[in-house]
Amino acid sequence: MSTERKNSPVMLSVSDLTVAYGAITAVQNLNLEVRQGEIVTLIGSNGAGKSTTLRTISGLLRPKSGSITFEGEVISGKPGHEIVKAGICQSPEGRRIFPRMSVDENLELGAFLQKDQQLIKETREHVLDLFPRLRERIDQKAGTMSGGEQQMLAVGRAMMGQPKLLILDEPSMGLAPVLVDVIFETIEKIRESGTTILLVEQNALAALRIADYAYVLESGHLKLEGEAKKLADDPAIAAAYLGGH
Amino acid sequence: MAETTKAAAPAHTENSNKKWAIGFLTVVLAIYAINKFYIPTAPAQVKTFFNAWFSLTSMGEIMIYILMALGLNIVVGYAGLLDLGYVAFWALGGYVAGWLMSGQFDQWQINFFGNPPAGLPNGIHLNFLLVLVLGGVFTAIWGVIIGAPTLRLKSDYLALVTLGFGEIIPQIMVNGEDIGGFNLTNGTKGINPVDNIKLFGHEFGPFQLADKFLIYASLAGLMIFFSLRLRDGRLGRAWLAIREDELAASMMGVPLMRTKLASYAVGATAGGVGGVAFATLIGGVYAERFNFQVSIIILSMVVLGGMGNVWGVLVGATLLAWVNNTGLVQFGNIINSATGKNIDFPSFNFLIFGVLLILMMLYRREGFLPEARVRLIMHEEEFSDVAVVTDDIEVEGVHHHEHN
Repeated sequence: MSTERKNSPVMLSVSDLTVAYGAITAVQNLNLEVRQGEIVTLIGSNGAGKSTTLRTISGLLRPKSGSITFEGEVISGKPGHEIVKAGICQSPEGRRIFPRMSVDENLELGAFLQKDQQLIKETREHVLDLFPRLRERIDQKAGTMSGGEQQMLAVGRAMMGQPKLLILDEPSMGLAPVLVDVIFETIEKIRESGTTILLVEQNALAALRIADYAYVLESGHLKLEGEAKKLADDPAIAAAYLGGH
Repeated sequence: MAETTKAAAPAHTENSNKKWAIGFLTVVLAIYAINKFYIPTAPAQVKTFFNAWFSLTSMGEIMIYILMALGLNIVVGYAGLLDLGYVAFWALGGYVAGWLMSGQFDQWQINFFGNPPAGLPNGIHLNFLLVLVLGGVFTAIWGVIIGAPTLRLKSDYLALVTLGFGEIIPQIMVNGEDIGGFNLTNGTKGINPVDNIKLFGHEFGPFQLADKFLIYASLAGLMIFFSLRLRDGRLGRAWLAIREDELAASMMGVPLMRTKLASYAVGATAGGVGGVAFATLIGGVYAERFNFQVSIIILSMVVLGGMGNVWGVLVGATLLAWVNNTGLVQFGNIINSATGKNIDFPSFNFLIFGVLLILMMLYRREGFLPEARVRLIMHEEEFSDVAVVTDDIEVEGVHHHEHN
């Protein structure tokens, strides 16, 4: 597969990563990198090891071997808050917003490690411009919102940490098609505003449409990588790995 | 519109905080004034009535329970960590008072602005305020010691470990009269007398109950203040985030261990200060008072009152403490004398608390006075994705009135 890519500096690099839950190996010898300004997508079916990879990047799991480097610094093995501090924020799978807090309080917590009040205010405005629906619901308890709105909040909350790298774990999960489009359009806008994105998706075709580069995982192994457009256009690949039509 | 409600919300809670604070202050001062100025000259019947229903000892005890319930509320209500062994901190605080304000260690003779009984200078006699601080610090350290290895556990296991801790500490106290020949706790006989409080040249003996009540009320008041301040601060938000969703909190950059340990330490401090206060209230430290039931009573105060809400916990602590130390006995006496039976009502206290807890869990899980955020979510309608999608269609020209 061709590996022509943007010629920008590597931001996140995962090398030879192996992660195991006890005796069960979930991810084996994974290599991937995210370059500045890219949307990189990590796709694969259920149980392929996508979430395990993300959890290891965000410090919730420790790798068995291999390492993760972010902007030249090894971050594997560091606790979660250190990784957020380094500039990686995540919108987790299943949204996991704080249900009994208002939308505003959720956003406020997203900026937990931010000190500059002026900058927090500006980021908040930016997020509310990206998701006007959140502005309408600003005082509502997040748990009473619809799934789509909660997903917007989860992405917006991660944005509040002013990440250099934004990780989105299954943002389309359980959403009506109209809303999936809304979310994906917004992801492109976020990239345009200068944030690098690592997008993990089961909805491979949708992800490939907006991504620059893609990695395909299958049962813990890297099966395939390449330019997203090429992967999407190749019918053989689509049939074999993406459940394409 | 959103902006106005946003501005109104904090002002509203601030207002209600102010009202509650004034209410608390008024009640405390009223109790003090009645007992200080009215009761001594009141007719005998009035005296008996107040003594039976609102004795100053029971009022002081209520204040100490408020202090401790608010401490546990930090752990359970704010941070969402179940602690079934809170009595351990109470016991540790009590023994700090026993060790540092009595003749327990009569092999030494230390007096630092303390108040040894006349003619009995042996033992360690430190100033009450200093002992309060030391008791708080000592239990905070124990909170961290217990928390550091256990807080990595998931909630159910954490509850079990705290339960064990709550059993172990009192057992050590019961059996601590001969630790390699050293009498640490005086065993089941307990440590007594604990020195009278002496502040700024004033001695508060067993009969200055009104003044002592004011001291304990001040401690409770301080705890109310700290609880409110902590909740609105950065640490309070981190606790709430952990309570709501630990994993998500970690993804926001909340340092999990440090934040949880802080809740344990603050909760333990309140327990320790409560222990010191209680030792001076009853003038002694007795191992058998520190049993599992105390942990459960304090937890019930938090749950019944409304986890997380300072004023709810205050009401819960007041009610349960009063029913436990006065109400049951008095109502029991009335019922006994009316029916001519001889039922031991106080022995039913756990039956009553148990039934009460079950009823609360069935019909009012959020407590008497729930935290605003809990109350709100129980009364707000849920929006479905259908409504959201129709909203999107609305943009494209089709009109719907699903919600507005």
